[in-house]
Amino acid sequence: MLHFILKRLGLAVLVAFTVSFISFSLLFLSGDPAAALAGETASGEDIEALRRLYGFDRPMLVQYGEWLWSALRGDFGESYYFKLPVASLIADRLGVTMLLGVCGISFALLTAVPLGVVAAIRPNSLIDRAALFISVAGQAMPSFWFGLILIVVFAIQLGWLPPSGTGTWRHFVMPTIVLGYYAMPAIMRLTRAGMLDVLSSDYIRTARAKGANETRVLFRHALRNAIIPVVSLAAVQMGFMLGGSIVVESIFALHGAGYLAWESIARNDLPTVQALILIFSMFYIVFTFLADVLNAWLDPRMRSS
Amino acid sequence: MADVTSHDRLLDEITGPTPGQMLRKRVFGHQGLLIGLVVLLLLTLVAIFAPWLAPHDPYAQSLMTRMEPPVFMGGSWDHPLGTDHLGRDYLSRLIYGARVSLLIGAVAALISGVIGTAMGVAAGYFGGKVDTVVTFLINVRLAMPVVLVALAVVAILGGSLEVVIVVLGLLLWDRFAVVMRASTMQVRRREYVAAAQVIGASTPRILLSEIMPNIANNLIVVVTLEMAHAILLEAALSFLGLGVQPPTPSWGLMVSEGKNMMLFEPWLVLIPGAVLFVLVLAINLMGDGLRDVTAPENRS
Amino acid sequence: MSEPLLSVRNLTLDIPTGSGTLHAVRGIDFDLNRGETLCIVGESGSGKSLTSLALMGLLGKGIKRSADRMTFDGTELTTADSRKMRSLRGARMAMIFQEPMTSLNPAYTIGDQLSEALLLHRNVTRAAARARAVELLEKVGITAAESRLSQYPHQLSGGLRQRVMIAMALMCEPELIIADEPTTALDVTIQAQILRLLHDLGREMNMAMILITHDLGVVARVADKVAVMYAGELVETGPVGEIFNAPTHPYTRGLLRCIPLPGKTARGSQLGTIPGIVPSLVGAVEGCVFRTRCPHATMECRGPIPKRVDGDHAFRCIFPDGKRHDEKELTA
Repeated sequence: MLHFILKRLGLAVLVAFTVSFISFSLLFLSGDPAAALAGETASGEDIEALRRLYGFDRPMLVQYGEWLWSALRGDFGESYYFKLPVASLIADRLGVTMLLGVCGISFALLTAVPLGVVAAIRPNSLIDRAALFISVAGQAMPSFWFGLILIVVFAIQLGWLPPSGTGTWRHFVMPTIVLGYYAMPAIMRLTRAGMLDVLSSDYIRTARAKGANETRVLFRHALRNAIIPVVSLAAVQMGFMLGGSIVVESIFALHGAGYLAWESIARNDLPTVQALILIFSMFYIVFTFLADVLNAWLDPRMRSS
Repeated sequence: MADVTSHDRLLDEITGPTPGQMLRKRVFGHQGLLIGLVVLLLLTLVAIFAPWLAPHDPYAQSLMTRMEPPVFMGGSWDHPLGTDHLGRDYLSRLIYGARVSLLIGAVAALISGVIGTAMGVAAGYFGGKVDTVVTFLINVRLAMPVVLVALAVVAILGGSLEVVIVVLGLLLWDRFAVVMRASTMQVRRREYVAAAQVIGASTPRILLSEIMPNIANNLIVVVTLEMAHAILLEAALSFLGLGVQPPTPSWGLMVSEGKNMMLFEPWLVLIPGAVLFVLVLAINLMGDGLRDVTAPENRS
Repeated sequence: MSEPLLSVRNLTLDIPTGSGTLHAVRGIDFDLNRGETLCIVGESGSGKSLTSLALMGLLGKGIKRSADRMTFDGTELTTADSRKMRSLRGARMAMIFQEPMTSLNPAYTIGDQLSEALLLHRNVTRAAARARAVELLEKVGITAAESRLSQYPHQLSGGLRQRVMIAMALMCEPELIIADEPTTALDVTIQAQILRLLHDLGREMNMAMILITHDLGVVARVADKVAVMYAGELVETGPVGEIFNAPTHPYTRGLLRCIPLPGKTARGSQLGTIPGIVPSLVGAVEGCVFRTRCPHATMECRGPIPKRVDGDHAFRCIFPDGKRHDEKELTA
């Protein structure tokens, strides 16, 4: 188990460094970052001045090394647009995104797992078909469109919820649903498939042969085994969702890190964009690492090996 | 003393339907697959014959006829789905929009399919160091937030159809690599691959004539899923204003343009979104259906 | 003799399929007394496992069960509700399955799974349940029983797991134990140990046992009664001595010729085979099911087949003696 964790940790660190290099290289994608930064109307001298100011005239690897060294100490440079340290800018916004992510994954789990379980207990029933429909529709639903429909119905027509902003818990209801619905289909399908698989297994028959009642068979014997892969999927989805928060936050004008990313990209604020890509990647790396460890811990076959 | 009926039954079992007949039966017996195929075929025809089908020029602005409602909301048949804020015919823009979505979906899936399949097959067939490297690259790719990276790169390079297609193509290869790697690993252990190796077939020959035909089923399923994925991503990028640029008639862009008038004219948002939803749904239904009918457990 | 512990009359199991109803098990009759061992023998797919699951009330949803009578110690099982069945299962009737590798829940320790049966049915403390678990693990011959309690199934070998399954079935001292080919998944050397263990424990605890097997050598050693099953029917039932010494139904005779028996099979002589295939059981099943493979079959075998009963011995054949003395068979 310890060996597994250390190996997995090593991989995570290696992936993190590679990702950091890629997100740093994005800066050079346009050819000349100084020209991109100065804008189309800038003169040659202005560009030259910017180049020296930001150190773009030095070799790329040197710049990467410096950037990484600072980033490791929590310094991501200064935002071109806000003229503030990127780190504090992101720190201010990250709370909202994290809250949204936690709400989203909780919503997804609380709806998808029960639906998946019921669908597996009664295959081809009305509930199973409804669950299948919800999951197929969920995978095809453009989340920005879903968000706008919710705004039209619940904010404009019914007036129940505020259409945008961050102030109260009510501002988070619709974003949570949109973000959670994005993760729901996969979780539901996995729960259903896992439960179907487990329910037809020999040890479930053993439990019934012992005289256990159906509730006990379902929850103690079946779900305990079927939920193991779901837990790790949920952690992975959480990583994806934080990356996908950019769409949701922009629809609902929720001022989190996703919204900041959108603003920064639109304004060519590269230091902020680099930092955000790195941070979102780190979240994914950390979540998948935790997922693997959790998975190993939940599954006795892996725990003891 | 032979029992005639039981022998007849046995004969039936031996000479049953041919694989082709069985496949046809499964395809036509699968509702989702059928619906998906028909809808996708229809939308593809619409995209191909857009110039003949569209009642108006999708780019032609007319300040006199702005924001006309669709016919079912009291509009006229001259603009069956109304006009947008610049007076452009909404139906024509939708029809041309099918071209954008399908083109992006198909070409992005093709690019990522080539990259991902090459990586996955190499990893699955050769194993060892190749596998380690490919698995590592998949991990790196999965760690990068797709929407964010795509947005950033498109913004830096400038939003055009070509850039969006290439960026998505270069980002969406992960699932191809994962699935093809696993499928190749399974196939590689089969006897016919060993047989080909024994008779001295070259590696490219084994990959092409032994491995590829046997993982093609899974490949087709991933192609459909990634096509849907690319179409949704393009729409999201365009919606955020950092994908395909105006005046190109992209459905995501249409939703974005209609967003400001959403309060009074919700159909401006509802119609392009619904079409997008139907297209992606059709592709997903087709993909799920293909997975069902080609799954090995359905073969006997 | 007093009332039998288990009495089954006309047990029938139907499985609806796309191409008609599959009559998987038809008209099963047998009685089992306390402390007796009944062996059900027959080929794979003859309905042995389905019959045992039907007795336990563990059939899958798609299978229809009907019977004129199916009583366990006077309780009618066909009309018992699920609550009543649960109170019997694991407590008074227990089952041991074919696959020890997959029949234990991978997520729980051996101790948890052993204790569960006792905790479900008896009002005992966890500590008492664990003590009982240790006692039974020792009884089934597992060393270091105490430390096994905290192990997970994947840490045990197949033979050990089947011993655990047996211990689990014995937790509540059931009156009836049904073992469905408990040794097929195990190594040959372990098979004999497990069967001997089951047999000895059955005797010691005075349990009635239904042992499902296709190993006639096992039957000869442990059975009191034998039921021969073919294509969903019990073609012959009787005390073990009569079945082995005077097999009457042509199928039973064919089956016995397929195995070497000490003292019965001449050295160097060839073992028999039963040519042909089992008929399909989808749709109406009429006449003798064995007629497609029987060397004596005639046109009458397509009609109704009488059940011939002689004391404890019963068989189904149109010939009063099952053509026992026909010369043709000796060369088959």
